[in-house]
Amino acid sequence: MREVSEDIITRLENKAIDIRKKIIDLTVIAGGGHIGGALSMTDIVVALYYHAMKYDPKQRYWPDRDRFVLSKGHGAIGICPILADVGFYPEEQMSNFNGLDSPFGMHPDMNKIPGIEMSTGSLGHGLSIALGIALAGKMEGAKWRVFCMTGDGELDEGMIWEAAMAAHHFKLSNLVAIVDRNGLSLDGPTEEVMALEPLEDKWKAFGWNCMTIDGHSMKELVVVLDSISPANSDKPTCIIAKTVKGKGVPFMENVTDWHYGGLDDAKAEEIKNGFEKIRKGGR
Amino acid sequence: MPKGFTYNIIEVEKFATREVYGKVLVSLSETNKNIVVLTADLMRSNKTGDFARAYPKRFFNFGIAEQNMMAAAAGLAVSGKIPFVTTFAVFASLRCCEQVRTDIAYPKLNVRIISTHSGLSMGNGGTTHHSTEDIAIMRSMANMTVIVPADANECAKALIESIEYPGPVYMRLGRGAEPIVYKTDYDFKIGRAVTVMDGKDVTIIACGITVMAAIKAARRLTQEGINTRIIDMHTIKPLDTGIVIKAAKETGIIITAEEHNIIGGLGGAVAETLADAGLGIKFKRLGLPDIYSVIGAPDDLYERYGIDQNGIYNAVKSLI
Repeated sequence: MREVSEDIITRLENKAIDIRKKIIDLTVIAGGGHIGGALSMTDIVVALYYHAMKYDPKQRYWPDRDRFVLSKGHGAIGICPILADVGFYPEEQMSNFNGLDSPFGMHPDMNKIPGIEMSTGSLGHGLSIALGIALAGKMEGAKWRVFCMTGDGELDEGMIWEAAMAAHHFKLSNLVAIVDRNGLSLDGPTEEVMALEPLEDKWKAFGWNCMTIDGHSMKELVVVLDSISPANSDKPTCIIAKTVKGKGVPFMENVTDWHYGGLDDAKAEEIKNGFEKIRKGGR
Repeated sequence: MPKGFTYNIIEVEKFATREVYGKVLVSLSETNKNIVVLTADLMRSNKTGDFARAYPKRFFNFGIAEQNMMAAAAGLAVSGKIPFVTTFAVFASLRCCEQVRTDIAYPKLNVRIISTHSGLSMGNGGTTHHSTEDIAIMRSMANMTVIVPADANECAKALIESIEYPGPVYMRLGRGAEPIVYKTDYDFKIGRAVTVMDGKDVTIIACGITVMAAIKAARRLTQEGINTRIIDMHTIKPLDTGIVIKAAKETGIIITAEEHNIIGGLGGAVAETLADAGLGIKFKRLGLPDIYSVIGAPDDLYERYGIDQNGIYNAVKSLI
């Protein structure tokens, strides 16, 4: 395993704290949100946007950018603060999140939010869309990659497995699926609602490179994202990131009811203070 | 006109719209490198084999998985490609309805959905393979343009115009051997209907194969002194409402004929236009009367459901 600088890891871990705090703030502003799944994927998307992915907020359509598709579109509240933070738009634009005519709502709209590659929201669609983007990249011999963040519950959708089959068939080594494996969907544990395991075996059987990592270990995320090289394989890659729904908020962690919820100001402050306790080396 | 393609090649009396589709696509793709073609194990039926041979790197067979194909088309379109997605009309409109609506129509992407074997053209394939709802479904999606060419020439013209046309397009083609309506060149524009025959006593508004049926009916009606106007409503959406209102005012009787349920398709669109304009005229919709189709040869089915020349003729006689 390649050595990763501790500074890089600490910087990303602290960034994840910042983003989680912004998610909490947005949840208050929005009057509620899919907070459990937003917090479970935070470390993954921080590793992508602040380490692994190439993009330029000043040139939204920079041809060489890596593409990101949020197949679990209800995670918009977890992505939109990152896009603001990296400079796609000012944070103040989100002050009417979920409000009438706001560009920002439960699911992201590519025609309203700079930095969103594709409008998503209906579960199971994103991997197929990412596959189409990857096909276009491959046709052009491009170096850029496509990252697709899926939930785990949405893997119930048959279309996901149509895409899994096709991505292998078309040899899309420029496609990386990341499963936010928090183990809970709306109605409860995925293994009770519709069993997914053995999940890694399924992806491998469909012809993908697949590995399972700790989706809250910034070190593991960085190492695995750095190790994926489209040039070294003709297979797509699936990273099953084991996560905790509601990560970082003790009363939300692994609680089905926190799939969606709202917060008042006092509760939000309490949660944000809790996040700060794990920050390393000051702000 | 793309290089290497002229209408002169169509010299036969009948020429399948889907055959023309395959040839025009190859021709257009010589100059437009962004055209890609997708199929779901229907290359042979959709007549995209010529394209596959000419441009194998721009041709993608998704196997029997229409939902994945349609969403992947969205991904290709968002990356600057112009995907032509081909499958049977029944699958394009129903099997991947949500992918069309949410992944293509909602973000307004330049995907061209070319559905073949539409309406009753699958004949003895029966209801599972008949598409009698697709116009209604596609028409109800915001941003979507819906085109039903009357023949191979019109199909070619619509395809050529579609390349530069903004947003998604649904084009509904038949299975084969549609009679040629347009034997000489004419002005075609998406959204502007064609008056195929002018007349003052009655108007027949048709699309697809019913255009020729209407022409045949009109020949008989003319001999009986009934001056019949025929409108080829090749674009169901955006509908040429001006031509409908003009026909209502000038002829006072309108009959619509389509290879589709009478609900929600061409007849529905015309009825909405007349009602919105406050025009209470004599009006009849021909098509499937909200039932599922039976098995039979296409011509027998057209006769059964009254959208052949006799059905249209009789409908005119009953209203005039």
